[in-house]
Amino acid sequence: MNTQWPELGELPAGWTRKHLLGLEELSREELEIILDKAQFFRDAFDRGCRKFSLLSGHTCVTLFFENSTRTRTSFTLAAQRLGASCVAFTASTSSLSKGETVIDTAKNIEAMGCESMVVRHSTPGIPQLLCEHVNCSIINAGDGPHEHPTQGLLDILTMRQRLGDLHGKTVALIGDIAHSRTARSNIWGLQKLGAHVIVCGPSTLVAADWEKMGVEYSYSLDAILPRVDVLNLLRIQFERQYTRPFPSVREYALLYGMTGERLRRAKPDILILAPGPINRGVEVTPDVADGPQSAILEQVSNGLAVRMAVLWLTEGGRKIDN
Amino acid sequence: MSQSILIKNGRVIDPSQQLDQVMNVLIENGHISAYNIQPSGREREIDATGKIVSPGLIDLHVHLREPGGEEDETIATGTSAAINGGYTSIACIPNTNPPIDSPADVEFLADQAIRADRCNVYVVGCISKNRAGEELSEMGHLARAGVVAFSDDGSSVANAELMRRAFEYAKMFDLPILSHCEDKNLTNLGVMHEGEVSVRLGLRGIPAAAEDIMTARDIMLAESTGGRLHVMHVSTARSVELVRQAKRSGLKITAEVTPHHLTLTDERLVSFDSNLKMSPPLRTRADVEACIAGLLDGTLDCVSTDHAPHALEKKQREIDHAPFGVTGLETALGVLNTCLVKTGKITWQKLIEKMSTNPAKIIHIPKGTLAIGADADVTIIDPEEKWRVTPEEFQSKSVNNAYLGWELTGRAVCVMVNGRVRLNRMR
Repeated sequence: MNTQWPELGELPAGWTRKHLLGLEELSREELEIILDKAQFFRDAFDRGCRKFSLLSGHTCVTLFFENSTRTRTSFTLAAQRLGASCVAFTASTSSLSKGETVIDTAKNIEAMGCESMVVRHSTPGIPQLLCEHVNCSIINAGDGPHEHPTQGLLDILTMRQRLGDLHGKTVALIGDIAHSRTARSNIWGLQKLGAHVIVCGPSTLVAADWEKMGVEYSYSLDAILPRVDVLNLLRIQFERQYTRPFPSVREYALLYGMTGERLRRAKPDILILAPGPINRGVEVTPDVADGPQSAILEQVSNGLAVRMAVLWLTEGGRKIDN
Repeated sequence: MSQSILIKNGRVIDPSQQLDQVMNVLIENGHISAYNIQPSGREREIDATGKIVSPGLIDLHVHLREPGGEEDETIATGTSAAINGGYTSIACIPNTNPPIDSPADVEFLADQAIRADRCNVYVVGCISKNRAGEELSEMGHLARAGVVAFSDDGSSVANAELMRRAFEYAKMFDLPILSHCEDKNLTNLGVMHEGEVSVRLGLRGIPAAAEDIMTARDIMLAESTGGRLHVMHVSTARSVELVRQAKRSGLKITAEVTPHHLTLTDERLVSFDSNLKMSPPLRTRADVEACIAGLLDGTLDCVSTDHAPHALEKKQREIDHAPFGVTGLETALGVLNTCLVKTGKITWQKLIEKMSTNPAKIIHIPKGTLAIGADADVTIIDPEEKWRVTPEEFQSKSVNNAYLGWELTGRAVCVMVNGRVRLNRMR
């Protein structure tokens, strides 16, 4: 099949999925399959190889009901680098305003012919709903605060590259936990790989109910900082907050901003991630964002590799399904 | 003059007379006229062997949607759904468009019910004009037009002073206030119960406190005014306890619970199915257990379905935007038999008390009994009939039911309203 890329191999034996809806539903084995394939693509870039023909003839549509530039660009490039064509469909924020349901929109696009649909929507569960109504692969690119599996995967891939095996490592997710799909995808993925996860943020954004997901929770960054191997600084999701959960951005920065001063109190080899777009001076100060512990740009490159792996694997799953 | 009917050999359960025995019931001229009569050959005979003969079921909480929401339900389809589910009397809630806040509106509903000619329809009038929560509706006019209670339902009266006046004023007419207890600020844009499951799914949560705060407030207002409070669709353990304590202290309040809050938990939202979005939302296992306990110990007086039909196109929206509500009239009996009677949690006597005897008492209607001389509203139940919940089974115009696909045991097989057979599924 892949005579051009023998090291990529056939579709791995443990992979049958046609859709990627979230990391909660994946087994550890499936998670590692994606990470390994993503690492393959990442290594290929680093050797200067950017173009594959694995998905030639394949059409991918990015169906976004929410604004996004980087995730969409990343998916588009990923599809193109695999030889697929990729089309963007931007729908209004809610189907309500158009009178067309999300299902109708997706069916319309599928009728034009596509093998995969990358979906982003402000409501949790929309990708799952679409799976029941279309035949193409559905890849969740973020469903409200529920899941953002490729973001979780690229965060984990970046951690794995820097730290190796994540078993026993402590990863802290900082900030707007309540509204963060990245937090949820990180939690499911990291727990499967044996990492210890701490969610940390203002008490209005970190509920005790999170403990039932098997994570530790804390309101104090300073208290947890000394024992953390990875800090993932989540963006404040102003667009999802309907009553302001903290008094001011200034106060948030005081309590949770990752500054050079805080960095000195952390483990010397601490890894700092941020899903972006980052608010410099809020979640993180520029000296930290641009410093040696930061892997923020690595994440972006890994994102592309993860999305290539996901597109390739789900296409394989779709062929099995058909 | 309607034909005489003899219901033979059924297990007659009538909690209003502590009756539970196999016997014959004769219906003449639309009334229950005698027991244990042998056939004379002149009556229409209905063999109810192996079946339960119950006073017709009564639902105090039904949304008929007419006027203004005819794409969801009409009085004709809603009352047909009621009959199909074994209900002979329903009270319709006034959150229509326009809302039922004038005698003309009440008359319109009464006329439509007569035209539909299915089950008995009792009208609930608004607490406030236009359900706006600002000034009292003309309760005296509404009472004279025949309303059986007042409610602003989903638009919980936020202003405590207005609610106080409502309790005081409605007292003059001896009519209950049916209160949908919800602090809308706490609900905010929530779509499901706030807790472990909402955290996992990333769906916005509705805290239990949104209900409990209003339950507590209304109990206090009922206490200070001497008004009659009926708490609608109690769904949390805390609200059950608040009602229990209030009753223990001697307050004359009543409360209802829905079939879905007795049988389903928030865990089911993992399907993101908008048919599981209702207000109040599905709660936790502990809340469900508390509701069942409350039903058994008398804290919760009756089961109401909160039948809330919504057209398919509305429910097919994203769960964030889909309207709240599920239908219930046609599945209540089967669901409660399957989940509570068959599992030994409740007896048929108790269930019929909660679905017929007690609701009649709450709105003071001469129904919910098979006493000699009473209106012949009778529901014959086959407690063993198995059926699958599919859209085709519904008479309701809407199919937004939480139990689609379930196999249920037990359903109404014959329904009579004022001595006339409205449904007959018997062989």
